[in-house]
Amino acid sequence: MNEVTSEPTAAPPLRVRPWLVVYVLSRREFVRFFRQFNRVVGAIGTPLLFWLLFGAGLHQSFQVVAEDGPQFREYFFPGTLVLILMFTAIFASISIIEDRREGFLQSVLVSPVPPWAMVLGKILGATLIAWIQVSCCLVLVLMLDVDVSWLRVLGMIGVLFLGALTLSSIGFVMAWNMESVQGFHAIMNLVLMPMWLLSGAFFPVPALASAGTGQQVLHWVMRCNPLTYVVAPLHELLNGPLGGNYWFPSLTTSLPLILFFLVLAFTLACRVSRRRMQGDLL
Amino acid sequence: MSGQQVIDVQGLGYQYGTRVALRDISFQIQPGEVFAFLGPNGSGKTTLFRVLSTLLPLQQGTVQVLGNCLLEEPDLIRRQLGVVFQAPSLDRKLTVAENIRCQAALYGLSGNRLADRQQEVLEQLGLADRVEERVETLSGGLKRRVELAKSLVHYPQLLLLDEPSTGLDPAARSDLWNYLRFLQGEYGLTVVMTTHLLEEGDRADRIGILHRGDLVAIDRPATLRSELGGDQITIRCQQPQQLADQIENRFDVIPHLVDGCLRLPESAERGLWELVKTEFGEQIDSMTWGKPTLEDVFIHKTGHQFATALVADEDAL
Repeated sequence: MNEVTSEPTAAPPLRVRPWLVVYVLSRREFVRFFRQFNRVVGAIGTPLLFWLLFGAGLHQSFQVVAEDGPQFREYFFPGTLVLILMFTAIFASISIIEDRREGFLQSVLVSPVPPWAMVLGKILGATLIAWIQVSCCLVLVLMLDVDVSWLRVLGMIGVLFLGALTLSSIGFVMAWNMESVQGFHAIMNLVLMPMWLLSGAFFPVPALASAGTGQQVLHWVMRCNPLTYVVAPLHELLNGPLGGNYWFPSLTTSLPLILFFLVLAFTLACRVSRRRMQGDLL
Repeated sequence: MSGQQVIDVQGLGYQYGTRVALRDISFQIQPGEVFAFLGPNGSGKTTLFRVLSTLLPLQQGTVQVLGNCLLEEPDLIRRQLGVVFQAPSLDRKLTVAENIRCQAALYGLSGNRLADRQQEVLEQLGLADRVEERVETLSGGLKRRVELAKSLVHYPQLLLLDEPSTGLDPAARSDLWNYLRFLQGEYGLTVVMTTHLLEEGDRADRIGILHRGDLVAIDRPATLRSELGGDQITIRCQQPQQLADQIENRFDVIPHLVDGCLRLPESAERGLWELVKTEFGEQIDSMTWGKPTLEDVFIHKTGHQFATALVADEDAL
């Protein structure tokens, strides 16, 4: 190490700036993500493959709504977008586990940063990654048999942002309590994939009136699912309201509910971040 | 700041479930000191470090750091602390400069002020030509320097280091100590570290010896060694207890039985070396004579050899 002779430096008064922390931590997520190319490929490739394979393979088998309703490929497109969001946002949240394992989180925990700034920095980073990726995928709308205005596409981008924020917050809550990436994958398969399947992405929510007991249970499970209120507005903006004998929340119902789930998940994320895990003590 | 202490700890205790990690510990650390907590693994050093660095909550006792109460004003303390963890805390995917910028932002430092400070710290640590390299490409020694640079970028008044020499070769260890002394001399920085290396204890201004959660001694290394009196004789033999009794009866001196060896203080007046060799030479396998070391201090205070205490405590964990 070099011996540098310098005048003693008086410590200048420093003031914690939470928004600087939010910016730096979210930017860090961004940089890390794009320096790991396999993550970019995995996050976009898998859902697109789903869409192409399911869309091509099942469009003859599914008559979703009515004769004049959307074909399966068009119906499935909003669900694909939400799947891309979910893959990217949730996998970006795994970085919490890596941060803990690699020790980076310790530095944040002993700094004077308010917990909400740390949480928002991580969540916003994951959100922006997912949001930008899925917004790029919106160009595939041109391949669909739909007539959609730019205003509606902008509306979809807005809904996708709220959805990404909500999913990243949910991912943060789950990842904070995990000690290993393997554990996170198990929860992902157990909770998140069923959440997506039961969001109206794959099949519509059955109406309550004409349903049997099983369909009634399915109706309520899907109705309580936060992702339902991300898929439905995307569907409405792309294909118009879903007709037929199905339950379908309107834009004015969905948007406040997304905001409700977002606030709930973010509050939970701030609360769990105060909990010290064994992995924090390296 | 209350009084003159940088750290004032009274009756500190900490438990992980039912396992006691720290037991009723009290000490003060003065401004500008290089202080080392010395102890084998499992002695409570890292727990103490975690409490002082605010990573673990205070369970028992009172802790004042830089005049602020740890329980009531942890954020005021955090702003003035530089912390180097035993495990790496760098983001390996980021460059050296990006890691420093990230850390600085946590303390509200950015812009030109950060650029100047970053340049200053990286030059001091010989990292100026590595700023744009990703951390994952650096050697272990260089990573340690980046950790140090990271901990210093926000002008801390107190630097806490947990086993900072872990994984460093002797040359890098020596560099580290030179730099800590430079910080002490140039900026009056107070440095508190934990270590399980006796030689590092010898380099500190003062040390605190921890053993199974107790602070068994605290003073300058030279003072602690001088408490033992003269030189030390170590005897290895087949029947240590029997020989200890014989030596006590014959010469009115009480040998310490430590991990199968006998240890007794020597002095020029007594001439025990010659007397023991003459009287009991046939029972003795080997005898060594040396100046008191910190290991002797540890043995004197705990009744255990440092190395075997280390193994035993690791087994206990």
